[in-house]
Amino acid sequence: MQQRLRMELTGTQIALWLIGGGLLAMVLIGSVRTLAVGKYTSKQWLDFIVFGLAQGGIYALIALGYTMVYGILGMINFAHGEIFMSGPMIGYFFAIRMARSGFVDRQPILSLLIVLAVAMITSTTIAVLLERVAYRPLRGAPRLVPLITAIGASFFLQYLFRGLFGADVKVYPDWDILSGKVPILGVQILKTQLVVIIAAVLLMAGLYTFIQRTKMGKAVRAVAEDRAAAALMGIDVDRTIAVSFALGGLMAGAGGLLYALLFKQVFFLMGFVPGIKAFTAAVLGGIGNVPGAMLGGMFLGIFESIGPNLFLDGLGIPAPYQLKDVIAFTMLVMVLIFRPTGILGERLATKRA
Amino acid sequence: MLEVQNLHTYYGNIHALRGISLTVDEGEIVTLIGANGAGKTTTLNTISGLLKPREGRVLLEGEEITDLPPHEIVKRGVVQAPEGRRIFARMTVMENLEIAAYTRTDKEGIRLDMERVFDLFPRLAERRNQLGGTLSGGEQQMLAIGRALMGKPRVLLLDEPSMGLAPLLVEEIFETIQQLNSEEGVTILLVEQNALMALSVAHRGYVLETGEVVLEGSAKELRENPDVRRAYLGGI
Ligand SMILES: Nc1ncnc2c1ncn2[C@@H]1O[C@H](COP(=O)(O)OP(=O)(O)OP(=O)(O)O)[C@@H](O)[C@H]1O
Ligand SMILES: [Mg+2]
Repeated sequence: MQQRLRMELTGTQIALWLIGGGLLAMVLIGSVRTLAVGKYTSKQWLDFIVFGLAQGGIYALIALGYTMVYGILGMINFAHGEIFMSGPMIGYFFAIRMARSGFVDRQPILSLLIVLAVAMITSTTIAVLLERVAYRPLRGAPRLVPLITAIGASFFLQYLFRGLFGADVKVYPDWDILSGKVPILGVQILKTQLVVIIAAVLLMAGLYTFIQRTKMGKAVRAVAEDRAAAALMGIDVDRTIAVSFALGGLMAGAGGLLYALLFKQVFFLMGFVPGIKAFTAAVLGGIGNVPGAMLGGMFLGIFESIGPNLFLDGLGIPAPYQLKDVIAFTMLVMVLIFRPTGILGERLATKRA
Repeated sequence: MLEVQNLHTYYGNIHALRGISLTVDEGEIVTLIGANGAGKTTTLNTISGLLKPREGRVLLEGEEITDLPPHEIVKRGVVQAPEGRRIFARMTVMENLEIAAYTRTDKEGIRLDMERVFDLFPRLAERRNQLGGTLSGGEQQMLAIGRALMGKPRVLLLDEPSMGLAPLLVEEIFETIQQLNSEEGVTILLVEQNALMALSVAHRGYVLETGEVVLEGSAKELRENPDVRRAYLGGI
């Protein structure tokens, strides 16, 4: 019996490695063939990478919220995609009003900062409320309970926003200062993408500094490492958990506005796919690990942006760009199978011990 | 100073404390001894507010603190160095000490206390930028005590500070405990497996067995009690 089990186990494992190896081979063959044909110029590749960085920066900002909440509560906040959606949704109403009144044209930077602030405040408020109302009462309940609550909260928020603001796609106004291109080291780069990348990097640097240097940031790390010991050091654990939700909300709200600038439109379901992608990014980087989420987000963004053109195209797949979501989720499954701890992750067993 | 009245604490259905009462007067070292599973850690964690008793009260200078959350209890000066040290492995020695002063706002006092900890344990000073997880067991214990001191304790709860340490280090730790008490007037409630050592530094002691106090008295009385000698001091 024992032996049979072991044989079956190795059998599955062989099958998994074959699948993994097969996918890797497809990626390599596809890439070589695309590059050999020379379908895209280096200028185009650069565009793919810059777009990938912008998109990856947004994934990374969202992924931070997943990873911090997991690090501190061991729970996946499935409503985080909706926290991300809420910011730019509310921000939209401010943006559109300021655009109509001409304020956007008169004060482009100030108006942009106002919308950013609105988005960040909205997402943070929703994140903190969610923790307070839905998750805190369940602390100490079996793990499945908050998880199911999170899924419920996710639907609740989606349909709350649909009910309040309608199901239509809302188009963000244009900021003239963000249109067009700027030359950087002799290459023309879209201004919007550049701004998104710079803003994402600044926000991440700010968050990292906060967590590393400030007293409250250190409390977040202490509670994530050992909640009871942190309480014995005089840290208010409940407040610190709320702070980690707030930090996740700030990053998600900012990410949401950057998303609105990059893709120009928002609607009540917009949090779903980026949310799952960012979760993938967090797992990729090692869930619970803050720099890992940043790295994972950037990596996924670039991989998704160049992947379809690089290896799907070379395999002769028609309309490869439609398959970019398949790439992300295949990657999630592969990471979970072959390296569940992620790129920077440590073994969960040692962490929880 | 600290008074515990008739504590009954449960883990689910497990009745871990069955009516513990004890007092610690200002300036005393009181020790809590007992076999594994007697309820020593449970008693300290109930005092610290990590566990809530189903019955009974904890009083600090006559004021009830039973229902306060742990951080409020720390703020009032009841600080614990927990069993197994519980150092933050991914934070540096300095950060571990800083975080332990979380409830305090007196920057200058915090700085002075940190210097005092480094004076007390020069080995920690050399390793101030090292991660907690990379310290040796003895160094971690020093850090655990150092952290408790950063909380500005009026009552210090120590849970098995000698656990897993070499005899020489055990003596060093106990000297430090005595010094804290006699020179700085810190009141101490000391949980120990090493009853001989504990009774040599303590003024008074309580013996716990399956969640109940079975014996109490001055350290001298307990040292000379035949039952205590047989059970905890290894021989007659
Ligand atoms: N988390 C827990 N869940 C269930 N039972 C527990 C838990 N912690 C302790 N107990 C039980 O409560 C009783 C008292 O445990 P406690 O840890 O207080 O003992 P102790 O005197 O500190 O022992 P030791 O000297 O081994 O540290 C034991 O019977 C123990 O099995
Ligand atoms: Mg114990």
